Amino acid sequence: MKSFSYERASSPAQAIAAAARTPGARFIAGGTNLLDLMKLEIETPAHLIDVNGLGFERIEPTDDGGLRIGALVRNTDLAAHATVRRDYAVLSRALLAGASGQLRNKATTAGNLLQRTRCPYFYDTQMACNKRQPGSGCTAIGGVNRQHAIVGTSDACIATHPSDMAVAMRVLDAAVETMRPDGTRRTIPIADFHRLPGRTPQVESALARGELITSVRLPAPVGGRHFYAKVRDRASYAFALVSVAAIVQRDGTGRVALGGVAHKPWRIEAAERELPRGAGAVTAALLADARPSEHNAFKVTLVERTLDAVLADARS
Amino acid sequence: MTTHDAFRISRRGLLKAGAASASVPALSGASTAAAAPAATPAATPVNLVVNGRPRLLVLDTRTSLLDALREHLHLTGTKKGCDHGQCGACTVLVDGRRIKSCLTLAVMHEGAAVTTIEGLGQPGNLHPMQAAFVRHDGYQCGYCTPGQICSAVGVLGEIEQGIPSHVSSDLTARPLLSAAELRERMSGNICRCGAYSNIVDAITEVAGANPGGKA
Repeated sequence: MKSFSYERASSPAQAIAAAARTPGARFIAGGTNLLDLMKLEIETPAHLIDVNGLGFERIEPTDDGGLRIGALVRNTDLAAHATVRRDYAVLSRALLAGASGQLRNKATTAGNLLQRTRCPYFYDTQMACNKRQPGSGCTAIGGVNRQHAIVGTSDACIATHPSDMAVAMRVLDAAVETMRPDGTRRTIPIADFHRLPGRTPQVESALARGELITSVRLPAPVGGRHFYAKVRDRASYAFALVSVAAIVQRDGTGRVALGGVAHKPWRIEAAERELPRGAGAVTAALLADARPSEHNAFKVTLVERTLDAVLADARS
Repeated sequence: MTTHDAFRISRRGLLKAGAASASVPALSGASTAAAAPAATPAATPVNLVVNGRPRLLVLDTRTSLLDALREHLHLTGTKKGCDHGQCGACTVLVDGRRIKSCLTLAVMHEGAAVTTIEGLGQPGNLHPMQAAFVRHDGYQCGYCTPGQICSAVGVLGEIEQGIPSHVSSDLTARPLLSAAELRERMSGNICRCGAYSNIVDAITEVAGANPGGKA
């Protein structure tokens, strides 16, 4: 691991000032992904700003009937929160489907959104990777790409976003609240938060340099039955090959977002109009532009079958 | 790349040199930090309460909590398996919650209470979970066992608090103490000897539920 200096921030203002002042600075909260990448020298921050003391640990109701989740709320605590379990069950389910108990005790809401791909070629510093070293090429294209994205890809990158939580937040229309380096605040809809790889796969979110996530806001609950179905190579503690987050109303309408298929949680609102026609029609609309690689064409079928199972559950 | 790495290599030849660990010796007791040589520019003091005992360390910022425990406090019960958060051998309890000590920096835990396997129980005074692992033969080689036991203690606390899991059928009900629940909750601890079924039996006994309870 490269050497770095370290400071504990005690206020958001102090944290953003430190980030603006120090070249190569990164915020650290749970650290479960960042430290792993630092050990491999994929991430090499010169300075770490520990934001665990900023007090963003609350989950509180908003004026419009929704919920504001502090950036530092641990994944375990968010999944176990009574209101989330009752009114946003898809979010509890997604969180509990991810990582392990030990990691969920440490990982934070903001950090989960910002975790980086588990593409093995991103992790292997001997291999070309446009995300790790822009311009070096993509080994996954033409490599072993069973785990990789099938839609929204580019000639530069076919990595997936690994988060389960973010897929649930996408189906819930969450919004990310931040503080910018100049101290002003803004709200970024989750749909715009993660980016497709395009020609700059190293740019993964809409955050500016030194911008700090303070909370994630959920709108008022929309009711319906909530599902998070995750298909993976073992029963627990593995990243998704495909996941389906769905909210299905009594009349058969609803919302669907996919994980494991793209560089961001994949949702196309227009595809949801096909829900009454079944999983095949929804999948066709969601993945109309899919461009699978050599080893992952199965994901198209897997999405349809997983969604079909969810819709069958919803009817039962 | 000084004496400390030489020390590490002599003890653990397979460990890669240059991993996060300081070249400042462990300091126990209080108020002696000023006497420590500032051997690296990034050395930072941190106070921990480890197994009930206050400890002051001056550490290279890169030092994981795992390395602080093992290499500086010489509490070698906590094991380094993968050092990437995948195997669970390094599981300890921090402020009562189980975490992976390899994926966190010691300096991030100022003032925290850390419980390792040495703090749970000692020879002749075993924690009930340790005794149950012995009784049920919940290990073979034993390398993953300290992490398994710390994790199991954490799991029972989480169930007690009503925290649901991936296999809980009703998110709003109290979680069951079933074998399926325990297997899911323990999935972050790998045992390459395959002692899983005996581990579940040991935890089930401590939880006071029926062994082999219904999934």
